[in-house]
Amino acid sequence: MTSTAAGSGGTSNRGTAGDSGGSSPRTGTAGGSGGSSPRTGTAGGSGGSSAGTGTSTEGRVYNVGGQDWDEIVNAADAAGDYAGDERLIVNMGPQHPSTHGVLRLILTLDGETVTELRPVIGYLHTGIEKNMEFRTWTQGVTFCTRMDYLSPLFNETAYCLAVERLLGITDAIPERATVLRVLMMELNRISSHLTAIGTFGMELGATTVFLYGMREREKVLDLFELISGLRMNHAYIRPGGVSQDLPSGALEKLREFLAVMPGLLNELRSLLDANPIYLARTRSIAHLDLTGCMALGVTGPILRATGLPWDLRKSQPYCGYQTYDFDVPTQDSCDAYGRYLVRMDEMDQSLRIIEQCIDRLAGARPADDPVMIANAKIGWPAQLSVGPDGLGNSADHIAHIMSQSMEALIHHFKLVTEGFRVPAGQVYAAVESPRGELGCHAVSEGGTRPYRVHFRDPSFTNLQSVSAMSEGGLVADVIAAVASIDPVMGGVDR
Amino acid sequence: MLAGRERLSEQVVRTGMFGTHTSGDTSGYGGLQVRLPPPLASEPPYGSYFDDVAAALGGALESSGLSFGAAVERVVVAYDEMTLHVRREHLIGVATRLRDDPALAFELCGGVSGVHYLADRGRELHAVYHLLSITHNRRLRLEVSVPDADPHIPSLVAVYPTCDWHERETWDFFGVIFDGHPALTRIEMPDDWKGHPQRKDYPLGGIPVEYRGATVPPPEERRSYE
Repeated sequence: MTSTAAGSGGTSNRGTAGDSGGSSPRTGTAGGSGGSSPRTGTAGGSGGSSAGTGTSTEGRVYNVGGQDWDEIVNAADAAGDYAGDERLIVNMGPQHPSTHGVLRLILTLDGETVTELRPVIGYLHTGIEKNMEFRTWTQGVTFCTRMDYLSPLFNETAYCLAVERLLGITDAIPERATVLRVLMMELNRISSHLTAIGTFGMELGATTVFLYGMREREKVLDLFELISGLRMNHAYIRPGGVSQDLPSGALEKLREFLAVMPGLLNELRSLLDANPIYLARTRSIAHLDLTGCMALGVTGPILRATGLPWDLRKSQPYCGYQTYDFDVPTQDSCDAYGRYLVRMDEMDQSLRIIEQCIDRLAGARPADDPVMIANAKIGWPAQLSVGPDGLGNSADHIAHIMSQSMEALIHHFKLVTEGFRVPAGQVYAAVESPRGELGCHAVSEGGTRPYRVHFRDPSFTNLQSVSAMSEGGLVADVIAAVASIDPVMGGVDR
Repeated sequence: MLAGRERLSEQVVRTGMFGTHTSGDTSGYGGLQVRLPPPLASEPPYGSYFDDVAAALGGALESSGLSFGAAVERVVVAYDEMTLHVRREHLIGVATRLRDDPALAFELCGGVSGVHYLADRGRELHAVYHLLSITHNRRLRLEVSVPDADPHIPSLVAVYPTCDWHERETWDFFGVIFDGHPALTRIEMPDDWKGHPQRKDYPLGGIPVEYRGATVPPPEERRSYE
């Protein structure tokens, strides 16, 4: 079963969850008073715990208010609404603590078994790709960093690699900037996987796992704040390099992080690895094998949990990943537990890479060791520095453009307001994000703004597989399936 | 303006600096004429693994009585990436051979990305497919261009099921109709949305918001300096 059930029914997938078939199933709403509750009926408003019935074009509708299931069943029995038909259509989300974001699932249940699952997305669509066409190439970073909000640095890197390939400056990026990119990406991989595993635990009912995961992630976010100035939405990686060098004291903080993190990850492992409840909820659950992954375009930990060691950092290296020493962890169980193990192992490997990054950054530096490309027609003119009132443009630069060189001021003004021109053409740059292949298709018509930027977000593609993973399984396993895919709705909807 | 096939070998003249005509262009470049070069077409040898891909695809197509030139309009090699511009009637045939032929083995499709080339008269809407061969560790791009007046492209869902959502997204944002898609409905925008927002003739902002009487004016009317 490789074809997804998305929208395989009629034309409306955003309307009601009511069935259009001949028989009339019981329709309940789970997870809040979402849009699928029809307006008609006696319990139309926030009806508390009283059950209500009404009629709509789809047939009789029962509003579930909580603790009133028996009343609903009795009313349906009395009306003869489901003679011989045990089918139940449940709307789950878009606001639901277990849907991993504003994801809506429409489940057709036969008893406890899911016979059909249709994901509905689009609730977080923000038009980022459209907006990027109206800003300069450099400003695009501030937009795309907000797509997949759990892995912003991967969005930035994919976009910047695409822009740099169009500009033909891939080989001119300073070495220190490349190392900083790798460092930040691997830190980000750890924070993203910690969120994935933490929310996985929470969605299965283990809140301790969530608290541990969030607590550990905070350590990464502190490092992000120290290095880039922001905990999320960094806009740290820019076309041509990165926005600023490491602040003083950052290497010590990174070393402290490396010292404590293995122990904290082991703590998480001791909570989950052999936890009988966790094993029962994840082992042999949400099965998707290699064939299914290939057909559905699934990449990342889901693919590596089928035994295929496909990792773009190894197979199509970028940012100098071929010079780092690390392994690609795999599992061959094709299930949710295997994906968890892959993520845990990947965090260990990320720590290895971070250690190598620190060694390179701490080494003896040449006199001129920039973090932005030397080409003044592309590199952002202002160097940032910490002043008495916080982070800002360096005083030297301001003095230079305001009182020494008119040409420097013009250059600064042109580059900041108009931006640089990018040769016409199209490229596709892909990086291995925590969720799989994140591709950036950038099209230029030779102007100072992108003509079109499209992101092939792994969450979007991987989420298609939730139907294949869940149909035929139990309804409780839908939660485990969604959590094991780890979709980030900001990336899905963009 | 030239249209369709002739456009391939001729220049197109675009006026203005930023492509804006109604508002926003305060640069003084409104009367400027920009000559866009004709679309690229590369001649063999293409370099890298691209010659192998072209030869293998040509062989696979010929074994079923179709020539490479009939299916592939032109080949573009730029930025170390290969693009095959495929005629839409042969898209499914080309994609099937790319997936199934052992010498090609493009198992993974990275989905569809739409591009709206407003100035490319007669070939405005492009659907771009990014293929990946894990077996040979190669990438390849397919591009299909159709006129705005007849935006039909055969669906690749039967060959690459992953294209399901991607084709819905391209329909949603560009209005490209993928014939044979199991359920071509909107995916990101609401079902009753009018228009296709990623098209170049669709404005940014200025869309009436149906929410508690709120309105968002178009960008040029947002600030008032009176």
